[in-house]
Amino acid sequence: MLEIKNLKSGIGGEEILKGVNLSIQPGEVHAIMGPNGSGKSTLAHVLAGRESYEITGGTVSYNGKDLVELAPEERVREGFFLAFQYPVEIPGVNSSYFLRAAVNAVRTHHGKEELNAVDFLKLMREKIQLLDLDESLLKRSVNEGFSGGEKKRAEILQMALLEPTMAVLDETDSGLDIDALKVVANGVNRLKREDNAQLIITHYQRLLDYIVPDFVHVLHDGRIVKSGKKDLALELEEKGYDWITKELQPA
Amino acid sequence: MVAPSNNNIDRLLDALDAKGEGRMRFAELGFPTTRDEDWRFTNIAPIAELEFSSPQVDCAATLEECLFKSLEGPCLVFVNGHFSDGLSSVGTLPEGIEVSNVVNADSPEPKMTNDAFDALNAASFTDGAFIRIADEVTFETPIRIYYLSTGSNGSTANIRNHIIVGTNSKATILESWTGTDSAYFNNVITELTAGDNAQVEHVKFQNESVAAFHIAGLHATIGRDSHAAHHSIALGGRIARNNIRAHLDGTGLEAVLNGLYLPKGEQLIDHHMVVNHNQPHCDSHEYFNGILDDSARAVFHGRIYVKKGADKTDAKQTNKNLLLSDNATVDTKPQLEIYADDVKCTHGATIGQMNPEQIFYLRARGLSEEEARRMLMHAFAGEIIERIACDPVREELDRLIWNRLED
Repeated sequence: MLEIKNLKSGIGGEEILKGVNLSIQPGEVHAIMGPNGSGKSTLAHVLAGRESYEITGGTVSYNGKDLVELAPEERVREGFFLAFQYPVEIPGVNSSYFLRAAVNAVRTHHGKEELNAVDFLKLMREKIQLLDLDESLLKRSVNEGFSGGEKKRAEILQMALLEPTMAVLDETDSGLDIDALKVVANGVNRLKREDNAQLIITHYQRLLDYIVPDFVHVLHDGRIVKSGKKDLALELEEKGYDWITKELQPA
Repeated sequence: MVAPSNNNIDRLLDALDAKGEGRMRFAELGFPTTRDEDWRFTNIAPIAELEFSSPQVDCAATLEECLFKSLEGPCLVFVNGHFSDGLSSVGTLPEGIEVSNVVNADSPEPKMTNDAFDALNAASFTDGAFIRIADEVTFETPIRIYYLSTGSNGSTANIRNHIIVGTNSKATILESWTGTDSAYFNNVITELTAGDNAQVEHVKFQNESVAAFHIAGLHATIGRDSHAAHHSIALGGRIARNNIRAHLDGTGLEAVLNGLYLPKGEQLIDHHMVVNHNQPHCDSHEYFNGILDDSARAVFHGRIYVKKGADKTDAKQTNKNLLLSDNATVDTKPQLEIYADDVKCTHGATIGQMNPEQIFYLRARGLSEEEARRMLMHAFAGEIIERIACDPVREELDRLIWNRLED
């Protein structure tokens, strides 16, 4: 579904990703872990199509398409989704209006009829229960004045509405207390299907107690230096990232 | 500019058959130039160079293209500065409410000022609206005033409005300015008095021809414990200038000046405000947002004057501008002049392009770049529109602005 081959990318002439390889199949949950500055968020933004990052090498193929060639909005319409580490506040744009526009952009792309306000509200009420979100939040401007936890839950609500086949969650656990973390993780788990995949980017192991990955990868200095099953996450938690760094140093 | 405009002053005064003290005053003052501090950013030479003519009565004009047609209630219509009896419909009004043209009303002439356009108006006004709400009267229905211009290039109408809202009374007044595509000139004075504990909402929708000239003075005197809001939605005019003077003459009142301007092409839209805090415990808020395209220009000048003794003044002023083109220009000049000790005054101005983080976020949810930009523009304009309390007016303006931004 997603094939990343030798991906190199950077910003302002500085190379951050130095050859990332990753292959994700439908039905799988992958986790990328790594210390600060290893390139985790860069990878998320490059996949989403942030224009400020330059791609200097490698390929990303998504369902047989060259992902790099697609505009950010085309990626979303094709089923790719990034849950932001820092969701952006947009004063003056009503949340519910924004969500309907997003859902309809994806529907139109797939030749489906746009949802009217009534049908959309029905859909939203159904999805909102997943996340224990207060419906009144949707009357407010997009992310404006939301607490950290509300912002992250609103991201997962968007994911639930857009039903992506490939979802990337960038540090979704940061800034969440344990209860909010459980709600978010539960929401993500319920969105898992046979035909979609999830890539969880995180610094800490604790999210992986609730979203259990099939594969864990360690990103270090712009490369995936170690891959394994879910036990790798526990090992990392126990030994810290230094363990990996030391292992990498030539004997 | 000095010499030719002097010739033009006489031609203008003769063409309009200007009279009295106003005529002498205007002859003395002449057209302002950019050497006058108050006109530094707005060069009105294109007005001074017009081939002036007096405004003609036009019985063929209609309200067809106008907004707010579906609203009920009294409506006054002026075509080229002349009252149109046929298009106006006042109906039967509750006791204590007068709605008529100013010429037929018992309205004293405004005081002479040092402003040339005020003098010109005094010397040559044809007509305008007169609205008087007696004390203790609440009138929820918006009172509409339509100004249509159908004149040819140089057709010059001087219009004078007088609005009085009494003690403990409430009214909503709606002005709509539209015209056919020519270089006509409207010079307007509106006097507005809000009595003690009055609630007044005054909405001005200015959608003149982009070839036309519009100079308008609003002189507002606001009484104790009242709430007065003026909304200036400015879309039209080659040069459109609003001179807003608010006199906060009672304690405990709240005055809101709320404006949105959307110039494009070669348009210049200028809001020149002076808010005089003459009494303690008054709040004044100025919110002006502008979206500029092409080679358009905008001017925001906001002076807050706090008189000695006007303690506990709370004056807030914000001016935000969104530039859609590299050739658009904004001159913004917030000014505070404070002679009282215990006051809270804030001002701020921003000029910028659209926020790329916000655009990316919207695109990352499936919206095209174009849709994302439109949504952000609408939000920016919406901040101003949503302050209009009168529901049907706000909703209609919101739709209109949305369509305009889609062009």
